[in-house]
This record gives sequence, C-alpha cells and structure tokens, in this order.
Amino acid sequence: MKTRKRSNAPIFWGLFGAGGMLAALFGPMLVFITGVAIPLGLLLPSGTMSYPKMLAFAQNFIGKGFIFVIISLFLWHAAHRIFHSLHEIGIHAGFGAKLLTYGIAFIGTVVSAAVLLRVGF
Amino acid sequence: MGGWWKKNPFYVEYMVHESTALFVAAYAITLLVGLVRLGQGEAAWNGWLEAMKSPLSIVAHLAFLVAIAYHAFTWFKLFPLTMPPIIVNGKKLEPEVVVGSGWTAAILAALALLGIVWRIAA
Repeated sequence: MKTRKRSNAPIFWGLFGAGGMLAALFGPMLVFITGVAIPLGLLLPSGTMSYPKMLAFAQNFIGKGFIFVIISLFLWHAAHRIFHSLHEIGIHAGFGAKLLTYGIAFIGTVVSAAVLLRVGF
Repeated sequence: MGGWWKKNPFYVEYMVHESTALFVAAYAITLLVGLVRLGQGEAAWNGWLEAMKSPLSIVAHLAFLVAIAYHAFTWFKLFPLTMPPIIVNGKKLEPEVVVGSGWTAAILAALALLGIVWRIAA
C-alpha cells in the first residue's frame, strides 16, 4: 500500500466549515433580501439598500466585518467543495484546479478587504 | 469514470448537495461585485441595484435561494456524520436532536437577520 501524505490543509477545511455554517444559517435569507425582496420592492422598507445606508453599513465596524466574512467565507467554502468534487466527475484535481478554485477565493478575499478598508471607518 | 454516481440515488443526492457550492460561489461573486460597485460611488452602486432588478437576476437569485436552502437542509442533516458526537450528561445526543437543533438554529438565524435588517432600515 502506498503511504498517503497527511493532509496539509486543515485551514482550508476550517474555512470550508465556517463558510458552510454561515451559508446554512444566513444564506437563504440573504439571497431573499438582496436578490428578491429589495429588487422587487417586497416586504422591506424602500431604500433599505440605498447608497447612503449601504455605505454607512460598510463603514460601520460590525457591518464591515459581516460583509467581509460573508463574501470571503462563502467563497472559501465553495472553492473547497468544488475542488474536492472535481475528482468525482473525473477531473484530475491538480494544480490548475487548485488555482481556479482557491485562487478565486483568495482574490475575492483580497478585493473585498481592499474595498472595505478604502471606504473608511 | 464520469457519471458513476448516476447509478445510485445516494450518490446522486451527494452530487446534488455538493453542487450547491456552485450557487454559493455565484452568489458570493454577485455580492463581491456589489461591494466593488459600492466602493466606486453612488452611480456605480445604483447601477448594481438596477442590474439586480433584471428578470435574469431575479430568476438566478430564486435558483440561488433554492440551492442554498438545500445546502442548509443537508448541512445540518449530515451533522451526525460530519461532526464528533455531542455528549450531554454522559449520554450521546440522538442524531434527530442534533439535526433538529441545526434546522431550528437556521430558521432562527434567518428570522433574526430579517429583523435586524428591518431595524437598521426603518
């Protein structure tokens, strides 16, 4: 039997778990609010996601943190799951696949952090 | 070896719940674009809000909603398999209790989020 290399990515697993938990707890309602209720003018007060309100939210310490963890952890969760599913559909999960999945999550994390820092506090 | 999972309903379900990740990724990227537009100023942000109103976006978000709700359902349903057993008073918590608590937490978290957004907006 071939000796198997011990996983060197408990961090990725942790990010997968944290993102999966956040997506399970808040994902459906977030999608409903941002993608259905606000665009169609249902339920929530008009102007809920107006520019001044969203800017203030992104400048608020808690709001900033919420936006950052939602975007980045959703991306890390999805990246990890997609990367490991590639094997199941017969795609060799090599360096290219890793770059495409974790790479996108990494870029998304850096971009969201940069924007959130730039909008000020 | 492609398609091996189609032969067994158990594996079909596995592939379906794994594929919810594609929808989570698409939604996260939608939010990321929104955040970038927010950082570019009011006109850019209003453009994103307008794009979110397009029929294509609404249909896409309804698909995200179904997929991510299914993710939430399976996420907690698999807890007895994916998480170490929880011991309370020296007894292992029944799988149904673990799963039921997870689903209850998800419903409460969703309602709390809606309530908080409502309060901030009002």
